[in-house]
Amino acid sequence: MTEPVSDWRPTATLEALCQRAELLVRLRRYFAGQGVLEVETPLLSAAGIPDPHIPSFSTMPGPDGEASRYLNTSPEFAMKRLLAAGVGPVFQVCKAFRRGEQGKHHNPEFTLLEWYQPGFDHLRLMDEVDVLVRQLAEGHRPLGRSEKLSYRACFQRYLEIDPFREDVSMLKSCARTQGLGDVAGLSDVDKDAWLDLLMSHCVQPHLGKEGPTFVYDYPASQAALARIRPGEPPVAERFELFIDGIELANGFHELQDADEQRERFEADLMRRQTEKLEPVALDERLLKALAAGLPACAGVALGLDRLQLVLTGCDHIRNTLAFSYERS
Amino acid sequence: MANYATNEFKNGLKVMVDNDPCSMIDVDMVKPGKGQAFTRVKLRNLISGRVVERTYKSGESLPGADVMDADMQYLYNDGEFWYFMHPETFEQVAADAAAVGDQHKWLKEQDMCEVTTWNDRPIAVTTPNFVELRITETDPGLKGDTAQGGIKPATLETGAMVRVPLFIETDEMIKVDTRSGEYVGRVKS
Repeated sequence: MTEPVSDWRPTATLEALCQRAELLVRLRRYFAGQGVLEVETPLLSAAGIPDPHIPSFSTMPGPDGEASRYLNTSPEFAMKRLLAAGVGPVFQVCKAFRRGEQGKHHNPEFTLLEWYQPGFDHLRLMDEVDVLVRQLAEGHRPLGRSEKLSYRACFQRYLEIDPFREDVSMLKSCARTQGLGDVAGLSDVDKDAWLDLLMSHCVQPHLGKEGPTFVYDYPASQAALARIRPGEPPVAERFELFIDGIELANGFHELQDADEQRERFEADLMRRQTEKLEPVALDERLLKALAAGLPACAGVALGLDRLQLVLTGCDHIRNTLAFSYERS
Repeated sequence: MANYATNEFKNGLKVMVDNDPCSMIDVDMVKPGKGQAFTRVKLRNLISGRVVERTYKSGESLPGADVMDADMQYLYNDGEFWYFMHPETFEQVAADAAAVGDQHKWLKEQDMCEVTTWNDRPIAVTTPNFVELRITETDPGLKGDTAQGGIKPATLETGAMVRVPLFIETDEMIKVDTRSGEYVGRVKS
């Protein structure tokens, strides 16, 4: 969707542009104080992300047989290669691109703050995210006490079901009780899609109403690039941060095992095939870096546009952007 | 009609839901950072006027609804149907009471209004925001009482009742806001 060319004006107010600049100053000051190195990694990459839920933009192939490239959907792979090369704690503020993600809280081109802390696990990194978010909130809005809830606990609290134990038919009937009715196209075998539906529609709106809410220990099937902690049930050492029901950050206790990472990528590729999505070139350099040795670490990506939105009380992401996608 | 995928959903798009034509009034994407994307839509049912909320998995699609708005001239009412004519094609359509709703009280023969059709069948009639109508009956006016806020009922040529200032007389033309049903002013002849 685009807007007429007569709409040349910014979608953010001058005040919002100043708030953004101030957020950047403050977060850089915070990381400098912590001894975390700021880095820049390529936005254009030869390899893509195989996750079927994350659609990439790609460039046109060039003349002389130059292959097309992907615009990065997050700087994760490149930053992990830096970590494997021994760079130590790093952060980056960069643009990330996800095709088709557009709405009140989505812009296909958005700004991520991503950082990695060697020696941290996901729980310790949650504490650091909390500290940073509180520093950034100063002067904008007061934040109540932070809350930490396991994925299981938030389903139990708001839906009175155990997300690990219930099967799809139970999740479906829960969705019906919640007034969601039939959701066209959701498969009976895709339990994670039903969990995502309940999480995003029925649980998430309650999260982060008082202060920041951290949800941690996700189903192993939703591990993405997090390590899985064995147990009954096994859980993915992953967390997300919510304020005002809006998801702001996603972090992992990072998977270090190159073989397991390759297996997950290949499972994603298989799934892309069954869903008739474009195949993507796997990031073999990331896999080589993991094989060479990624230090034990935790990493997190925080959506800066959304953080600004919740801290400054905007109701649409476009008002945090100089020019939203419709006017870009 | 074409099918519309979730990435084509936008306000104003007319689609078929539960066998009724609906118009989208709010569209938003709900997507976990890692996980299944959904599109959440508020839809106004164009037949019943009711608003429903639906969630679709991204990539799903809905059939379009053949819904059109056209400016037409109101011709007459035969007791059962209200007849409208397209001013260029002279094509006529008949709208029943459900489609006309309470708009009938502002319909004057020869006036233009907007007729919404679904598969060429009228489902809604929208009169202009302001119409000019003659008063057929009201209590005698009070001369000189133009400043005070007194009001009285008046019957219009279409049968509608409106409240008018005391100085307004039978046979005068007045302007009425059809959205609120309120008197706006006198029309100078």
